[in-house]
Amino acid sequence: MSKKRKKINYNKWGYYFVAPFITVYVIFSLIPLLSTFYYSFFEYYYAQGGFIKVGPNFIGFENYVTLFSQGMFMKYLGNTVILWLMGFIPQVIVSLLMALWFTSFRLKLKGTAFFKTIMYMPNLVMAAAFSMLFVQLFSNTGGLTTLLMDIGVIPETFSFVDKVWPTRGLIAAMNFLMWFGNTTILLMAGIMGIDDALIESASVDGANSRQVFTKITLPLLKPILLFVLITSLVGGIQMFDIPFVFTRGTGGPQGSSQTVMMYISGLLRTSKQYDMAGTASVVLFLLTTIISLICFFIMNKDEISEYREERRVKKEMKK
Amino acid sequence: MNKSMILKKMRFVDKLPLYFLRFFIYLILATFAGAIIFLFYTLFVNASRAHIDISKGFSLYPGTFFTRNFQKIITQENLFVLEGIRNSFFIAFISGILTTYFSALTAYAIHLYQFKGRRFIHLAILAVMMIPSQIAGIGLVTILYSIGFVNNYWVIIIPAIASPATFFFMKQYIQSVLPYEIIEAARVDGSSEFRTFNQIVLPIIKPALSVQFIFSFVASWNNLFIPSLIIQDGKKRTLPIIIAQLGVSDPKNFDQGARFMLMFLAIIPTVIIYLIFSKFIIKGTTAGSVKG
Repeated sequence: MSKKRKKINYNKWGYYFVAPFITVYVIFSLIPLLSTFYYSFFEYYYAQGGFIKVGPNFIGFENYVTLFSQGMFMKYLGNTVILWLMGFIPQVIVSLLMALWFTSFRLKLKGTAFFKTIMYMPNLVMAAAFSMLFVQLFSNTGGLTTLLMDIGVIPETFSFVDKVWPTRGLIAAMNFLMWFGNTTILLMAGIMGIDDALIESASVDGANSRQVFTKITLPLLKPILLFVLITSLVGGIQMFDIPFVFTRGTGGPQGSSQTVMMYISGLLRTSKQYDMAGTASVVLFLLTTIISLICFFIMNKDEISEYREERRVKKEMKK
Repeated sequence: MNKSMILKKMRFVDKLPLYFLRFFIYLILATFAGAIIFLFYTLFVNASRAHIDISKGFSLYPGTFFTRNFQKIITQENLFVLEGIRNSFFIAFISGILTTYFSALTAYAIHLYQFKGRRFIHLAILAVMMIPSQIAGIGLVTILYSIGFVNNYWVIIIPAIASPATFFFMKQYIQSVLPYEIIEAARVDGSSEFRTFNQIVLPIIKPALSVQFIFSFVASWNNLFIPSLIIQDGKKRTLPIIIAQLGVSDPKNFDQGARFMLMFLAIIPTVIIYLIFSKFIIKGTTAGSVKG
């Protein structure tokens, strides 16, 4: 009986089981993505307050020319990168330090579970609400602004929301607060995955803690640092909620905190320039794809070589 | 005796930098933790205070306006906060279930069956994992706009079926826990493949399912960008859209206590979920990133 059953080919079930996932992905992600590419070569918008539909007419690369020559896109892309870097650089440094402290045998810190739990918490909080909280605290009449003025930390003329760098600083600070706990935990997992024997033998050979860090810990953490970098970059390029709510949709003083996603959202909703929105998102997509692909090939070396090997074997068998 | 005292002293002096270091580190940790606790505590305290009291400054103790602020925000005209909570919960709950179920199903199929194109599909899903979901969503929104199909939840919910990141976690987990013998045994007993998955595999991978459900629920609950483009009708808006809408208005023109209450309502479900499941959530964070 069991022998007979083994001959049944169960593998067709594989197709049935992956079908919903694949179908939904194709309909809701792949086709829209391709259509965005396609329509970025067309003139397609609504004129006169959204009443007259123009296009779609094929115009070649004109949208791309307009996007880059207008100057606004590059400015917003620059803003996005600045905002991301201002949050990400301190995030990596602080997270790396904390991960080292939390895992250090020499320090033997107490209460690490408590600190980890608290520091991870902002990661799960609604970014829009978190940003609104900062508006409440740091607006010109906000609680923290007035408190800091009263105790003389900042001058009476200071404003967190009307000046370029304080606004950017606070947006970066929010991103930092939301993500440093997450990064710390990832790096901790990476550090704990390092073989203790390596560090021990280095110490026996007379390496100090700094040498252990630069020569052993850091190189072995590279894959995880790369993962953190890429996920943060992909998220950072799509930054929307925090700057949108914090600048109340205006993009901050002189548009200095207007991100690309805020720009695209405005094009789609307010001015109905579908062609420009699509073109901008194509450029954004290409940017992230190039960066991600590099990372993908580095991270999934094993799967790729396995796939290649399988194809090679099959070819040889055919011969 | 003198000698041993010197030795002891030496040891103490040797250890001194470590004490300093520890003190310094605790100070930094306490500063960060303190800042975060302050933010959440202020949010809670101010949600229970009256508008006038809030504008006077901070308070250490909660006020008495908690229920009044709650009443005020849910009865606020044109804001539809109660509907927002219900909509957000509905979307997040269904999305969470779809994401976890179908990711598990897909991961199981890729893991178990040797069908043609299996490795290609696996690789393709891994490759698209890095595609920023919001950017892919912009194309969807443009299509929906041009056919005039807006204000529908299902175009937000259905895409949750295909979540490459959740698939990746599930694949890792299934690979490590699922014994093939159990599936064999089920087959011998005449269980259909679909039934085997639902009644035997799902219970085995329950821990991973629950963690991924939490992640998916929270992500969907907090999601602003795509829903804000798709949903425009007042009563259909989700909580983040309502927050963004109120956030865009001038903070001076609205009752502060009610504003804090709205933030409190938006944040508290995820905070409660987190405080109950923090151990699993923190573990789940590292599950997919650290590859052996």
